[in-house]
Amino acid sequence: MTEHDEHGHGPVAVDEHGHGHVVPSGDPFADPGLPEHHPRLTDISEKAAKRSERIVAGLFVLSAVATIAFMVCYTQVPNNRQSLVNFFPIGAMSASNFALGVCLGVALFSMGAGAIYWARTLMTDVEIPQERHEYESSNEDKAAAIAEFQQGVEDSDWKKRPLIRRTLIGAMAVLPLPALWILRDLGPLPGNALRYTAWTGGELIINDNTVSLDGTTGQGIRPEDITIGSLVNARPKAALSAGDDFNNMMVKSSILLVRMNEADIKSSQERDWGYHGIVAFSKICTHVGCPVALYEQQTHHMLCPCHQSTFDLSDDGRVIFGPAARSLPQLPITVNADGYLVARSDFNQPVGPSFWERG
Amino acid sequence: MKSLSTRRRHPLAAFVVLVLALGFAGTLFAAFVSPASANADSGNTSAQAIANGKALYETSCSSCHGMNGEGSSYGPSLVGSGSAAVDFQVSTGRMPAQQPGAQIQKKAVLYTQAQIDEMAAYIQSLGGGPVVPSQSQYSVNDSMVQLGGVLFRTNCSQCHNFAGEGGVLTDGKFAPELTQTSPKAMYEAMLTGPQNMPQFPNTVLPSAEKQAIISYIVSTRDEANYGGAGLGRIGPTSEGLFIWTFGLIALLLFAVWIAAHTTKASAERVAQAAAKKGGK
Amino acid sequence: MSTSTAGEEIVPTTLGGKAADYLDQRLGIAGAAKKNLRKIFPDHWSFMLGEVCLYSFIILLLSGIFLTLFFTPSMGDVTYNGSYTPLDGIRMSEAYASTLNLSFDVRGGLLMRQIHHWAALVFVMGIMVHMLRVFFTGAFRKPRELNWIIGFGLFTLALAEGFCGYSLPDDLLSGTGLRIMQGLVLSIPIVGTYISFFLFGGQFPGHDIVPRLFTIHILLVPGLILGLITAHLILVFYQKHTQWAGPGRNDKNVVGLPLMPVYMAKAGGFFFVVFGFIALLGGLVSINPIWVYGPYVPNQITAGSQPDFYIGFFEGALRMMPNVEFNFWGHTLSLNVLVPFAVVPGILFGGIALYPFIEAWITGDKREHHILDRPRNMPTRTALGVAGITFYGVGWLNGGNDLIAIRFNLSVESITWVCRFLIILGPIFAFWLTRRICFGLQRRDRDKVLHGAESGIITRSPEGAFSEVHTPLSQGELHKLTAHDVHRPLTLTEVTDANGVPAPNLRRAKLRAKATQWYFGQRVEKPTAEEYHESITSGHH
Repeated sequence: MTEHDEHGHGPVAVDEHGHGHVVPSGDPFADPGLPEHHPRLTDISEKAAKRSERIVAGLFVLSAVATIAFMVCYTQVPNNRQSLVNFFPIGAMSASNFALGVCLGVALFSMGAGAIYWARTLMTDVEIPQERHEYESSNEDKAAAIAEFQQGVEDSDWKKRPLIRRTLIGAMAVLPLPALWILRDLGPLPGNALRYTAWTGGELIINDNTVSLDGTTGQGIRPEDITIGSLVNARPKAALSAGDDFNNMMVKSSILLVRMNEADIKSSQERDWGYHGIVAFSKICTHVGCPVALYEQQTHHMLCPCHQSTFDLSDDGRVIFGPAARSLPQLPITVNADGYLVARSDFNQPVGPSFWERG
Repeated sequence: MKSLSTRRRHPLAAFVVLVLALGFAGTLFAAFVSPASANADSGNTSAQAIANGKALYETSCSSCHGMNGEGSSYGPSLVGSGSAAVDFQVSTGRMPAQQPGAQIQKKAVLYTQAQIDEMAAYIQSLGGGPVVPSQSQYSVNDSMVQLGGVLFRTNCSQCHNFAGEGGVLTDGKFAPELTQTSPKAMYEAMLTGPQNMPQFPNTVLPSAEKQAIISYIVSTRDEANYGGAGLGRIGPTSEGLFIWTFGLIALLLFAVWIAAHTTKASAERVAQAAAKKGGK
Repeated sequence: MSTSTAGEEIVPTTLGGKAADYLDQRLGIAGAAKKNLRKIFPDHWSFMLGEVCLYSFIILLLSGIFLTLFFTPSMGDVTYNGSYTPLDGIRMSEAYASTLNLSFDVRGGLLMRQIHHWAALVFVMGIMVHMLRVFFTGAFRKPRELNWIIGFGLFTLALAEGFCGYSLPDDLLSGTGLRIMQGLVLSIPIVGTYISFFLFGGQFPGHDIVPRLFTIHILLVPGLILGLITAHLILVFYQKHTQWAGPGRNDKNVVGLPLMPVYMAKAGGFFFVVFGFIALLGGLVSINPIWVYGPYVPNQITAGSQPDFYIGFFEGALRMMPNVEFNFWGHTLSLNVLVPFAVVPGILFGGIALYPFIEAWITGDKREHHILDRPRNMPTRTALGVAGITFYGVGWLNGGNDLIAIRFNLSVESITWVCRFLIILGPIFAFWLTRRICFGLQRRDRDKVLHGAESGIITRSPEGAFSEVHTPLSQGELHKLTAHDVHRPLTLTEVTDANGVPAPNLRRAKLRAKATQWYFGQRVEKPTAEEYHESITSGHH
């Protein structure tokens, strides 16, 4: 680096006063000009240069070898989950990925390293100054450009014919609008889509754990199944037949059921909307919509893993920490004639993140 | 020092520095993300005299949980907790508790499995409750991994992370990592809901589904990181940390290597070369 | 090619010569080659940072093209039946299934995915580090303000591009990220709900977002980035590179090594080195193992759901913001979302984009600059930069507050509270401290100029006093340490009319006088020639 350069001048002789150099006359800070070039070992010793040459060539050969190895590994190293290599300190990993990555990496890296080593040791390192040119045009050029431009304006009658000018500007101003207009069919208008969920009065609550892998069957929950301190993830029965609409439905209708001692529930409305201490809350955070599910059965805190909004499920789902501004909506539930838990109605407010029209 | 400073002009010195610095960066990174180790616990169930368990209970547990497991202001009632809860709490070293805090931590196990079984039998005799599962209930079944994965992501990953590396809860509490937990302890934890973990009784998460979840956890944690070093399996954060430590330092070293001026020949060598040239 | 003197006909003999001659007869390339082949580039490690960005972008293009050959950008439902058996029989989108196939069934597919993702992280990191370099050295000053703006545009496009790519595989993490993004969009007053419905083709998640993001990710944004990078490079080439002060280097020249052959080899070699390094990462270090996350299902979530690092600041700001929300006239204004997602980043990014113009206005400096500032010589700018880094860093840190809490046995609430204060107090403290450090370093430079460098040799005088021998600096070093300007604040008279008539905008002029006082009011003067001679002749050091 540059500091090194200047040390390259060699030590300055220091007399007993510590300043044995010649005091420059005039400006001591004046630019002394580019320092003299000092040769590298490879500049003066053919032996060193030969050595550099061999290193560079060696790196290029290594690159070619690794390239060929890459192609060999591509066909010879099996690409499946059973073919692993175990390499300290990484541990077991895919043999194919390891072999291909290392071969490609070595092929590329040694190619680059060879080129750089070549440049550093054998190509010139004599620094050359190059003048910068002026960016600003000369006054003559400016004047000429202005004249040309004005001639063009003149020739077009731009100034003389304001009608053309104004209509053109006006037309140009509205011309881009269709580019926005044509995007209208990107999606439907929101309407009241964010205001309702799949829950209606009598809708059976399905235990997520009983849903088959294809999502089409599942079972309801009886109140006696849910012990105090337990947590059940659940969905509306409609989700079992939602088909393509499944994700859109779940994003609003996922709920959680927890059971606590009725005495622990601080709000009478919450107790009312629950069933013998079983309460159902929306699983969707009122902040930006992550599923909240980190339920602490002793504190009744419900934490969102995304931004740490914390809700108190024993107190109407009130926010006790974090960025969410609204309580977690509660779903009023009861038991149907068959003894299964069902919703009494939809949520009394939109679930999930706030939006402008929410109110 | 002198020899070191003369060798810095060696053509390979730059590479040595590069390797050392990369190693340093890697170590720095590894220190930050290497998963905390934990003790494995194992054991098999066997029934012992309730009386033995009661004796053990009275010396080690009764000061907090009461002479007859009725509980006190220091510890909850154990009546109805069942043998599964005792086995989980004692065989993971959580009980007997040592120091108060946000959460009772796991530590070295103080009792043999036989003693734990005796205590469990005693507590079971107090008022029933969830019993220690049999091996067939929690043994790993590879054909259940798929279902287990879905159930894990529905019920467990929100607290324990997608790879069972654990996660944070409120006020300093946390969901522990499952990287070393025994299948039996997992089963018992789901069944009994230790501390702030909710319970997943068989009525809402049937025994077979617990087995599926355990099968998934065990197969995932034993699974290779196909792409290479797993970086703690905690997601994009450790990837970002890795690239900003190891990656950035490596790239900067390459940049320095490219841009730094090549070492100049020493004055003696220049003089030598000149003399040689003159001699020809 | 045969050499010849002017006027003599050049007859190419080699194959390359003939090809060049063929092109020259049609395109006149010799003129351009004459001017540019020996173009000079200065050597400094910090000038290589932009190249890291360029190269990682090329790597992104190459690996990305490979990925498009196998990726299916569709949210159609399929039941997985591939070689990753733990997901056998699970319902998922085609996008996720094809990403699994890429990872497990296409040879080299996992490698390409990992190279692509690592290169993306290097790309954004490179841009950030490169921007900081340009900022702290004042390389954004006239005539390079426009290139700063282009670079800023590239930075924001890179963030958007990264987010789109992160969202494509439709795994649990990327779906969660999209869900959060949709929640952010919903918070935009008046039009938020509409934008969300247009973006997602209806309700979240719908079936359109992955194919739409795919087009944005592989066509729209990379096209813009490619165009802007081209413009960025043309400007660098045309305006020539900046350089550090030093003997023989000034605002009128550029000192360095020629493009042909030295920088062709160095820069070309660096491309391969960066590519090789990233390929090694792809082969040895896991990134985004989507099979572990599982497919996106709206009711599933994982602890530690995190974005890639470049979204970390937004994530941390979201976590930090107190829960302020207003309801009025049937409308909801979610400041708890809007402020960290739009307002604060808007101010921060706006400030970054406009900084060259703000500084030029404050300093009143209209000259061209090709010699870089050492950060210490512009204490206020450097302090502002460090304050900005602190602000960004605290937000970023809080984006990982859950993982920090776990690692260090802390409570996540206390980390959040600390960060809430730190994001205000931290930058103020950092600003103050950085300025002090800069002034200290300037004083040290001044001492070095006047009294020489510390030699490490201790001498003992006949009287028994110990002192350190100071080695006088060479003229080159003296020049280097005194090449900078010491700026002075503009006074109000300077911003009034030449005739003493108050400028039409007196208020603005006063503001400017205040700003420039704040910027340059405190300073360390350079040693003058007299001081230097005085110091030398008195033998005082």
